[in-house]
Formats: sequence, structure tokens, C-alpha cells
Amino acid sequence: MAEAKLNRINLSEKDYEGAASTMCRGCGHDAISASVMRAYFESNIDPRKVIKMSGIGCSSKTPAYFLSQSFGFNAVHGRMSAVATGANMANHTLMPMGVSGDGDTAAIGLGNFCHMMRRNVNITYIVENNGVYGLTKGQFSATADVGSVMKGGKVNDIPAIDLAELAVTLGATYVARSFSGDRKQLTPLVQGALAHSGSAILDVISPCVTFNNHEGSTKSLKYAKGHLDPIHEVDFIPPYENIEADYNEGTDHEVELHDGSRIILHKLSKDYDPTNKAQAVTAIHAAVAEGKFLTGLIYYNPNRKEFAEELNLCDTPLAELTQADLQPSAEDLDQINASFTK
Amino acid sequence: MDTPAINDLNICVATENGSGSASSNNILFKAIFKMGVPCSSKNMFPSNIQGLPTWYEIRASAEGYLSRKDVIDVMVMFNDATAAKDIHRVRDGGLILYDDSTPLPANLRRDGVQYVGLPANKLVTKLVPASPLRAKQRNMVYVGALAYLFGIDMEVIKAVLEDTFGKKPAVIESNLLCIDAGYQYLKEKGVTQNIARLQEIPNGNKGKIITEGNTVAALGAIYGGVSVICWYPITPSSSIAESLEYYLPRLRKPKDGKKTYAIVQAEDEIASVGMIVGAGWTGARAMTSTSGPGVSLMNESIGLAYYAEIPCVFFIVQRGGPSTGLPTRTQQADISLMYGASHGDTRHILLIPHDMNSCFDFARRSFDVADRFQTPVFVAMDLDLGMNLWSSEPLKLEKEPYDLGKRLSAEQLEEWAKAGKKFRRYFDQEGDGIPYRTVPGNQHRMASYFTRGSGHDADAKYSEDENDYKYILDRLRKKFETARKFVPKPIIERERGVKTGIVCYGSSYEPVREARDRLKARGLKTNQMLIRALPLTGEVRDFLAEHDTIYLVEQNRDAQMAAIIKDEQPEVGAKIMSVLVYNGLPVTAGEVVKQIFDAAQSAQPKTATA
Repeated sequence: MAEAKLNRINLSEKDYEGAASTMCRGCGHDAISASVMRAYFESNIDPRKVIKMSGIGCSSKTPAYFLSQSFGFNAVHGRMSAVATGANMANHTLMPMGVSGDGDTAAIGLGNFCHMMRRNVNITYIVENNGVYGLTKGQFSATADVGSVMKGGKVNDIPAIDLAELAVTLGATYVARSFSGDRKQLTPLVQGALAHSGSAILDVISPCVTFNNHEGSTKSLKYAKGHLDPIHEVDFIPPYENIEADYNEGTDHEVELHDGSRIILHKLSKDYDPTNKAQAVTAIHAAVAEGKFLTGLIYYNPNRKEFAEELNLCDTPLAELTQADLQPSAEDLDQINASFTK
Repeated sequence: MDTPAINDLNICVATENGSGSASSNNILFKAIFKMGVPCSSKNMFPSNIQGLPTWYEIRASAEGYLSRKDVIDVMVMFNDATAAKDIHRVRDGGLILYDDSTPLPANLRRDGVQYVGLPANKLVTKLVPASPLRAKQRNMVYVGALAYLFGIDMEVIKAVLEDTFGKKPAVIESNLLCIDAGYQYLKEKGVTQNIARLQEIPNGNKGKIITEGNTVAALGAIYGGVSVICWYPITPSSSIAESLEYYLPRLRKPKDGKKTYAIVQAEDEIASVGMIVGAGWTGARAMTSTSGPGVSLMNESIGLAYYAEIPCVFFIVQRGGPSTGLPTRTQQADISLMYGASHGDTRHILLIPHDMNSCFDFARRSFDVADRFQTPVFVAMDLDLGMNLWSSEPLKLEKEPYDLGKRLSAEQLEEWAKAGKKFRRYFDQEGDGIPYRTVPGNQHRMASYFTRGSGHDADAKYSEDENDYKYILDRLRKKFETARKFVPKPIIERERGVKTGIVCYGSSYEPVREARDRLKARGLKTNQMLIRALPLTGEVRDFLAEHDTIYLVEQNRDAQMAAIIKDEQPEVGAKIMSVLVYNGLPVTAGEVVKQIFDAAQSAQPKTATA
């Protein structure tokens, strides 16, 4: 029997697995889970340092299907961003992985999602975006495109919320879009997000094979595959590797991440600088106008502090502080009493 | 003529908000306190920033009663908009101090009271150069006038001004000028009154402090080890978070040169509760502060914390409801909302403070209770406690180690592993309904589990199985029963043979204390029980069982505590007569006495002692 391949912290891919999935057969979400497991394995991250956060919906169930050694929290509908923000403050040494859907994020949880990005909370936040409410059997979500047709024939005529555009605008510092079926692109993008400190948002088109995979849907497997508009090819280079060979001067763009790892973006058809916010928004608009999904690393801002750093929290996690750290003295209270006599 | 009462005086100051009267009233109150006279103040303010009516009542009580009094001896009538009503709130034989810079309209005259004119506007115009400050200084003039009329030494006033504006000598001087002008004006006119005199009581308030419940609750939270605070501004709770912002940097030593706490003003209450649930799950001592509307919004995640068993603390400063209601008035109408917050079968622990020291103490201990029971804990305050100034014994710190409850470290888990014991997150290992818990960051191989608000079994696995589901619900109920023996017991004052009991909670304590003395003076002896927590403890049950008649004083319309008692102890239901005060104003002893006599008369017409 061949020995399982181990990563640099001596874990096998099996160590990154979770419970058996209960998604429908062929669901895009399972493909994303596979990419997520792969990314953690490749990035040599100890699952015990990860907390898996989610809300409610099909996508929010998926954290149970990977990284079984991590603590997980399946919160209430739409509140994952707030719960993750709290968890991050309580222990900023842990790495939050948020998994959510388009209903959880773009509708009921939109407010909390926006404010999490405004704060630049350190999280890898994946939206498994299928334009439909799966768990309640097929209602339109807020990311359904105008003209998209519901299974029963109803046509959506309200404009979609573009989560990537929202993320770029509201302060997220790593914004990517990808497709569940494009593991080659998705895995390095997730790895980049894991290496980034700050809000990393990945809007991943993830077709719902049961309720939104028919003719007329703009988030079906067939439609998505036919309308992908990759900006670049993505390579993730971990900090300990010194690969120069793949980098083509003039056509490639290199992004260096906080932990020293790098993302190399290989130019496809057009010049693209992911640190240019205005260009990012324009590119998203242009793709939407053509009915396409712009994929790749859309925006990156290395210059903003993440939230825990902004709060100037002590190195010891707040959750591990002791009474000696937390309780002022009786003498301090005497002084307060004295100040109240005036 | 009557002789003036000594140190017994109830002054009501009627002004507009935003007119500077907060400062002048504060100085007046603190001057009386500094004289050593027992005194209290109640601020009836509008939900507005400038231009709406506000009343500030200051009571000096030789007997040491600190509740609001419904008989007003002196009205400072400085608000034209409410004057027509204000003149009738003064008792016969009382005094009305008014600004006679312009003549008093005939409709503001009434018989039976002494009118004292004070040209505050004219005096201030003369003394203070035209500036935005001038209008505000007008209110300082009545401070001087009252000081002269009732005998507050100007030296005491000076000392209070220095305490208040220590670093701004120009402000002290300008205020003093206006106060002195009011004092001298009445002195020169030779105005006298015969209602009351304030007399210094040497060491009368020695060691006592003046503070408000919100400030004290914030201090309690700091001493209790809070490290994550998430809140959304809402009256009347905002000053809890603001006090935390003020005191935390002053009291907490930095660690690694950085902060040992995070305060976040969230985008709404739904986010605040989400954040503290996340922080509590991760093992930090986390809290939010809000009032009724905030609790309404937080309901869903409160249920999550209850069902997923996550410690977190809610400081609730109750105000007048329903809906927006009366944001700046006091009530106890969110008791049932807190007790049963969220959908499904839930029950929550409430700690109910009644004075400054219990605000401090319960705030501190709330984190221990939350950690011990792995559940949301409510510190149930109200606006009267939270935002009015109270004179009080100094705050005392009980030196107790923090109780983190059944939280397992990696080392403990390793011992378990060696002993062949399994960690089961939601299993009732010890028969008290409280399971063991681990927090993220614990890297032991047995530590991690998946937390969810959906159905789960004793091992934290997703389950829709009817037995798994019922096991958790029943265990949560058992845990609540364990809490019944753990939460603060009531304070009981009783005499042998007395079979009538008055029961109250929270800010009703002080008026009930006074009411009992008045009832006794009129021949009705009563025992008293102050409820300090939910669930109701065995002592509460016994007291109720042992009395023939029970008056239950509450500040809500629907007798919410009575409903909780009747639900748990139906046999005492028929004995309970509710005394309900829900006009938004702090309870007065007079109101309690009146309702008790009314109830006694209608219940037992032959033996009524009125």
C-alpha cells in the first residue's frame, strides 16, 4: 500500500476531511469543499487553528464536510459575519473560515456582511453563489440576474446584487470570483485568501443542480461554464518556495501576501492591476454588461490593517486572559469611590 | 405660622432641555449632598436634545428616604411651556420661584402658594456678555436664589463648582457670578419663606458616593472580567458602553503593550448579539447593553445562545414600551420579554439589582453565572436605577476567583483521555444539567466539536432524532433548575406574626421601604421581600406560601412578575394583589401606600385600616 502523501506539518489529505456530505449529487458546493480541503492541505495549515463559521442554508451546512478537527459554528440565518467578528475578537490567533450562500449573505445577512468588510475582519469568506434558495426549494435570491428564469417559469426582473463589487467598494481587502467547477483557479485563490490578513471574499458561482440548473437560468452549470471571463490564470506560491520560472516579466502580475507567500497572475487577454479599485469596479461592470462572470483575483489591498490589529488587541487571545489580567485592584475601586464623592 | 421643616424639602425644577439646567440642577443636588443631608434626585427628561420640557426633582429627607416624592414643596417655574400645569403641582403652602423679568400672566397665578419673583433673565443679561453661554447661565441664577431661600452656604456651592469644573477657573467664576446674583437679589429684597431649612449635618454623608447605575454596572463588568463589548446606541443604556469606554483604558493595565478588551459599536442590535455569541463561544467574557427594543431585535440569537449553550451577558436598562414608547422614562415592562426571550421553549436567568452596590455586584457576577451555566444572563436594570443619580454606600469588591464553570483545558482533556473518559459536549455528566465545554483554541485532539442552532445530540452531532432532541430540551430545563439554587436569594425583612407581605424588585425597593414605614405608622404592619433574580429561588416560594396577603409592586401594566409566580406556584395566585405603577415616572411611596389601602379596602371592607 502506498503511503499517503504528507504535507509540511505531517498531515495527510485525510486529516482535512470532514463528515460525509449531504448535498445533492453533483452540487457545486461539494466541489468547493474539495478545493477548500486541498487549499488547507497545500498551505500546511493546522486544522486546529481554524474555526469554521457559517449561517443557514445548503452552503452553510458544508463546513461539517471538511476539516473535522476544527471547531465549527453553524449560526443563525444571516448572522455568520457578526458571529465570526465576535469570535475573531475573542481569539485573533485563530483563522476563521466563513462559508455562506447568496441568501445568507446577499439578503438576510447583507447588513452584517457589509459591516464585517468595513471593519476588515480577518476571515476567508466564501459565498457559494447559486442565485437560488436551495434548502427552501427554489425561490430567487438577491443574486439572481435580471431575466433569469425560475424552475416554474417565473422571470426575475429585479437587478442582482453583485457581491464582488460590493466587497470591493465596502472595504474588503481581497476579493476574488471563481467557479466551483474550476478547481485549478479556485484552489490557489482560496490559498491566497488564507494567507491574506483581512476580509478575503470569494464569490464562487456554484450551480444548484436541483433548483437552478435548467434552461433560462443564468447560474446553471451550462450557462456558467459558457460565460466565464477569467482575467488571468492564478498560481499560488507558498512562502517557503522560491519559484521564479513561471513569472513572465511584463505580462504577469505578482501579489505578495502578508505571510510572504505570493500569487502570480498570468495575463490572459487584457492588462489588469488588482490593486486598482476603480479598475476593479469597471471590469466587473463590463463583464456584467456582457452577461459574463469575471473570475480571478479582482481586487487586493495590502495596506489596510485587519480589525484585531486596528483594535490594538494584546497578543494573548482575550479568551485566554486570566483574572490577574482582567480585574483591577481594590485600591483602584477606592479611588473610583473617592471620585464619586465630588 | 408653621415652623420650617428641617432638611425635609422636595424641589421640582421645570426647564427646557438643552438650556443648561442639567449643570445647575447637578450643582444644587451635590451642594445639598455635601451638606451631609440625605438626598436624591430624579431627572424626568424628554427624548430630544433641545427645547422640550424637562423636570428635575431634588428631595432632601431627614429620615433618609431616597425615592421620588409626589408632594412638591417648591416649583422652580422656568419653562413657560409647562408653567400652567406646573403651578398646580405645588402643594398648598408651597412656593413658586419664577422669572419676573417680564410680568407673570394672570393665568399663572393661583392661591395658597407663595410666589417669589427672580429676574434671572435681566440679571444674566447684565452680568454675562452676549454669547451662547448667556442663555445657559440663566439657570444658575435660581441655584443662588434657592441657596438663599433654604440656607445652602455659598462656600459649599463654591466647593461643588470647583469639584465640577476644577480645571476651568473662568467657568467657575462666571457661574459663581450668576449664582451669587440670584442669592444677593433675594437677600436684598428681604424675601423669606417658612417651608423648610437645610442644615448641615456634620459627617452626614461621610463615605457616601453619588453615582448612577449605568456607570456602576460598567465598573462591575470591568471587575467581572469583560473583554468583548458589542453595543448599539440606545437610550437609556448607552452610558453603560460609554462608561466602559471611559474606564477600561484607565483601569486595565495593557498586556504586551496592547489592549485587553475590544469595544465595538455594532451596526445594529442584531450584530451586537451575534458578536457576543461568537465571542462567548470562543471563550471571552462578552456583553452587550441595550433596552427593550434592542432585546426584541436580539431575540433570535438569544435563542441560539440558549440552545447551543453559549455564555453571554445582556445589560438591559428598561424604558417605557411598547414600541419606541417612552425612551427616557422608566419601567419594568420587559421582565417577561427577557425571561422567555426567543422562540421555542426557553427560560433565561435574570439578575435584578435594586441599588448601586447590587448594580456593581450583579454586573461583576453575571459573567460567572453565564460561564457556570453556559447560557445568556440578563442584568435587568431600569432607567431610574441606570440614569438617575443615587447617593449610596461606596462600592465594595468581594474578592472571589472567577468561576469559569465546566470549561476544559487541553491538560484536563488529556487527563480525561488517560482515564478513558470521553468528552461529550452536550451530555449531562454530573446530573446537574450542565455539560462540559471546550473553546476554540483548545488544541487537544478531543476538544473540537460542531456548534449549531439546529437539532443536535449529546455529542453535538446534527440530529433530528426525537429522543436526541428531547434529551437536550429536558437537560436545559434541568440546568435551569440547578440555577434556581445558585442565583441571588431574595432580601427578606420580617417580623414574627405579620402575615401581610410586600414583594417588589429592582428600583421599586426604595419607595416600598418608605411605604412600609408609612403603612406601619397607619397601623398596617408588613413584611418585605425583594426578589433579586429569576428563576425564583426556594426562599421566594416559602415567603409567598407563608403570607396571607401579598402586595406585589411592579412597574408594568400587566403584572409580569405576578404572572411568572402564578405560573410556577399557582396555589399562591389568589393571595397576590398587584400594585402597578406604569406611568413612566419613578415609583413614589405615596402611590404604593394609596394602592395598598385601596386594595385592602376593596378586599376586606370591614377591617380596612385607612
